[in-house]
Amino acid sequence: MRIATGGLIDREKPIRFTFDGKPVTGFAGDTVASALLANDILLMGRSFKYHRPRGPVTAGSDEPNALVTVGEGAEARPNTRATCQEIYDGLTVTSQNRWPSLRFDAMAVNDLLSPFLAAGFYYKTFMWPRAFWEKLYEPIIRRAAGLGALSGQPDPDRSEKAFAHCDLLVIGAGPAGLAAALTAAEAGADVILATEDTRPGGRLLSETVTLGDQTGREWADRMAARLAAMGNVRVMARTTVTGVYDSGTYGALERVAEHVMPGEAPPTCFWRLVARQAILATGALERPIAFPMNDRPGILSAAATRTYLNRYAVSPGARVAVFGNNDDAHRTATDLAAAGVTVAALIDTREDATSDGAWPFYPGAEVIETQGRLRLEGLTIRKPGGTLRIGADALAVAGGWNPALHLTCHMNGRPVWQEDIAAFVPTANAIPGLTPCGAALGTFSTAGCLEDGRRAAEAALDALGHSPKPIDLPDAEDTPYSPPATWAVTAPGRAWLDLQNDVTTKDVHLAARENFRSVEHMKRYTTQGMATDQGKGSNVTALAILADATGRTIPETGTTTFRPPYVPVPISSMGAGHAGKGFAPERFTTSHEASTARAAPMIEAGLWYRPSYFPVHGEKTWRESCDREVRMVRECVGVSDVSTLGKIDIQGPGAAEFLDLVYTGTFSTLKEGRIRYGLMLREDGHVMDDGTTARLGPQHYLMTTTTAAAGPVMAHLEFVAQGLRPDLDVKLTSVTDHWAQFAVAGPRARDLLNSLLEEEVTDDAVPFMSCWLATVSGVPVRLYRISFSGERGYEIAVPARYGAALWRLLVAQAESLGGGAYGIEALNVLRIEKGFITHAEIHGRTTAYDIGMQAMMSKTKDFIGKAAAARPGLTESTRERLVGLRPRDPANMPLPGGFLFTKGETPSRANAQGYVTSACWSPTLETHLALGFLASGPERMGETLRFTDHLRNRDFEVTVTDPVAFDQDGGRMRG
Amino acid sequence: MRLTCPHCGERDLREFAYKGDALALSRPEANAELQAWHEYLHIRDNPAGPTRELWYHTPCGSWMVAERDTATHAVHRTMTPAEATK
Repeated sequence: MRIATGGLIDREKPIRFTFDGKPVTGFAGDTVASALLANDILLMGRSFKYHRPRGPVTAGSDEPNALVTVGEGAEARPNTRATCQEIYDGLTVTSQNRWPSLRFDAMAVNDLLSPFLAAGFYYKTFMWPRAFWEKLYEPIIRRAAGLGALSGQPDPDRSEKAFAHCDLLVIGAGPAGLAAALTAAEAGADVILATEDTRPGGRLLSETVTLGDQTGREWADRMAARLAAMGNVRVMARTTVTGVYDSGTYGALERVAEHVMPGEAPPTCFWRLVARQAILATGALERPIAFPMNDRPGILSAAATRTYLNRYAVSPGARVAVFGNNDDAHRTATDLAAAGVTVAALIDTREDATSDGAWPFYPGAEVIETQGRLRLEGLTIRKPGGTLRIGADALAVAGGWNPALHLTCHMNGRPVWQEDIAAFVPTANAIPGLTPCGAALGTFSTAGCLEDGRRAAEAALDALGHSPKPIDLPDAEDTPYSPPATWAVTAPGRAWLDLQNDVTTKDVHLAARENFRSVEHMKRYTTQGMATDQGKGSNVTALAILADATGRTIPETGTTTFRPPYVPVPISSMGAGHAGKGFAPERFTTSHEASTARAAPMIEAGLWYRPSYFPVHGEKTWRESCDREVRMVRECVGVSDVSTLGKIDIQGPGAAEFLDLVYTGTFSTLKEGRIRYGLMLREDGHVMDDGTTARLGPQHYLMTTTTAAAGPVMAHLEFVAQGLRPDLDVKLTSVTDHWAQFAVAGPRARDLLNSLLEEEVTDDAVPFMSCWLATVSGVPVRLYRISFSGERGYEIAVPARYGAALWRLLVAQAESLGGGAYGIEALNVLRIEKGFITHAEIHGRTTAYDIGMQAMMSKTKDFIGKAAAARPGLTESTRERLVGLRPRDPANMPLPGGFLFTKGETPSRANAQGYVTSACWSPTLETHLALGFLASGPERMGETLRFTDHLRNRDFEVTVTDPVAFDQDGGRMRG
Repeated sequence: MRLTCPHCGERDLREFAYKGDALALSRPEANAELQAWHEYLHIRDNPAGPTRELWYHTPCGSWMVAERDTATHAVHRTMTPAEATK
């Protein structure tokens, strides 16, 4: 119910949203949970396993129960904590894990079966028959258990990610965090203050404490305003630091626009915050007490009750009982009474406790049973002298505090037990550069937190080399805190620990009896702490109960640990921008638009897109177009965009010697204006890449690489230059994107060039394997006479900005001669006919010897891979070596991936003699052709083999041939 | 994790590629025994503790040697390959 006055809500701004289709009204500043509580709706969810009715137990991100789905369609967010989700006009909230409705859930029958469904039930029961697990048991269990469901639609990928850097990251903006941020900011450090909450203040926003002559929230607001006005401070609200990584890197999830109607703004932003120093001021989380039937809607933590009361002006009930083992219970009763709520009873486990409040007070008492179904109706307490039933519609439980030390565990730090506060505290130096302070370190009074924040900031400033300036901190309460360790109430009935996963104290005892005595085993056996809240409230209690069950102390039993992320992080936030085209960006050549305008299907080549073929009117299949383009090149002239090949500019006095080291051949002897084919090995003796390199000047070379290997070859060359031969003065520049380059191939290639170059191309001026500078329409171009088609061929290169224009010009001139553009299907056929290799052949396991290029390995100089290539085993003639293959029946296509067998042998793996790497229909030779590798291949010319493709059911005979099927002496390309 | 590129300064891990043990800088003489080549190519320690590693800074093309501790994740020093083999 809503309290008439007070709270940090704006009563002038009513907000309307829906919960399971029904309209609900709250105020600006409300969360879904506070607005529902204000409307007396306590039932917000169903538990995972038994489908028990549940309401919120917290007011923050540690909430295990009140999980809802927010929004609709692809933007819907399942498993959103109602305690964190701010309301806005038009918000739709839907409950989860119930059918047909939240109030009546058919699967609640599981709860009646709970005596049979204890921890380990699945492991014990569904063992046999084994085959039933996957088909029967698992699907049924999965349907019965669960939380919210995904929309099933593609994620809109609207989130962002970002980096920020600072001297000091302060995590948490309660009294300790604010004192720390202020101390550091006044000393001149660059500060980021991150708070999970919508505004700085922490517990000051939820408590009725005073700081000096101000209320806690007035002081927090004033500090927040002061920090926001400083140029060296960045206050990040709605930002949860989720993980700690090496070198002062922190992951953080900012909920940018989850509190407004989905629109332009990204819902979340995942930050990587890089901080030289950091301060952990994350406060503490109140822990429960496990008493029988402690899970009914209306039973909340006392701290959450005060938050709802003081911050949202909401009481979870009209008659609220309070149960606790420390003074927070008394503080809660005081706040409730001050707000006009009836305090049904104050129950304190401490026998010596006193209270002067105007409410029934029961020292030395415990709650041993509760009543109610969809919400709490009453409770039974055991007090000195007997039991008593108390009518109450809500119960606030104060079990003490666990420091929120989760981030200190992210680099293997294990928390240590501190007896006087009965809690784990961060181990010293758990994270380099991170200083915990305040309640996160076990300091619980407001005055202590302020002072501790200042101390932590001064330590950080010292490490940063800044001198602290004195700052004034207000006087505040300094109440001692030393509660007894109260974990569970001994009484019959189910006492719940992990509310989401329905783990009870009995389950922990069962785990101990069955010898799962290690914390890690107990956790996995019972699923304690494995829900979306990761046991933030219940893990320490479960550990204490395990300690008790096994007769050990808590430190003997073990410790809890936490891994990133602190709160669930949507994958769409961490991977923001990486869906679709963000995952695989597209690289377009300068001819891309012209190609697509001609309806050329574009095919991926790494990130590049290249035209497969250029269909002309009447062609129905790709083969028709491809065959025509191949004949066009063989008979007339074709042009093709080869810009995707890697181009590396190599300059310097050491360039020639450098190339001699990276290539198997010798390039120092290459004359200016000439081109040589080069083969590059890895240091282990296998082929890395091939290409041509032109010598443009005495100290200037231009290397080409294959499209696929452009990046790796560049990195390799840099390694050789920087790592192996830093003495050589050589500079490497990738110029792949700077030059558009087009192949002009065919008997009429020279005619085509002479129709547009200002200089005349003759075979004397531009012989095979030479390069030349020329001009097209006043633009200087580079001309390379090389051939990948086996025809007279040139490649013409222009600065990329002229690429599109030159392409249009080349295609137009080619067409006027009876030729035209050709795509990579035809390019591939042309090279297979000529036995030219690609990465289908140099696939990483082949040597120069295997591809018949042993003669290219210089005997007179060292080169990368030389020593290893000479190893025994890499030069044996029985190795699988490159051959050509031709089917006995020209219509049969030996598909790449198929295997070769000696005729008469069984086509089994043990008998394989080799495999096919490339294949095509050759319109020139009117047969299918293939390249492949065959044991002792070159010695088996003319032999008939059996080709078998087990996957695609092909089985026929092929004949071994020379890899070069067309124009074996190369007369056509040499001109 | 952050590494300091000798050319660009401190950068986030995702700009770098790990390229194995810095032993790769100690290429044997061309006429070295096969055993020396075998060790250079294939034999690597896998220490829990201090290592010398090769990293490649993709955006600028710099190779570097990082002295790092695999047990603590501390990066002690980074340097150019030339500095590392001096």
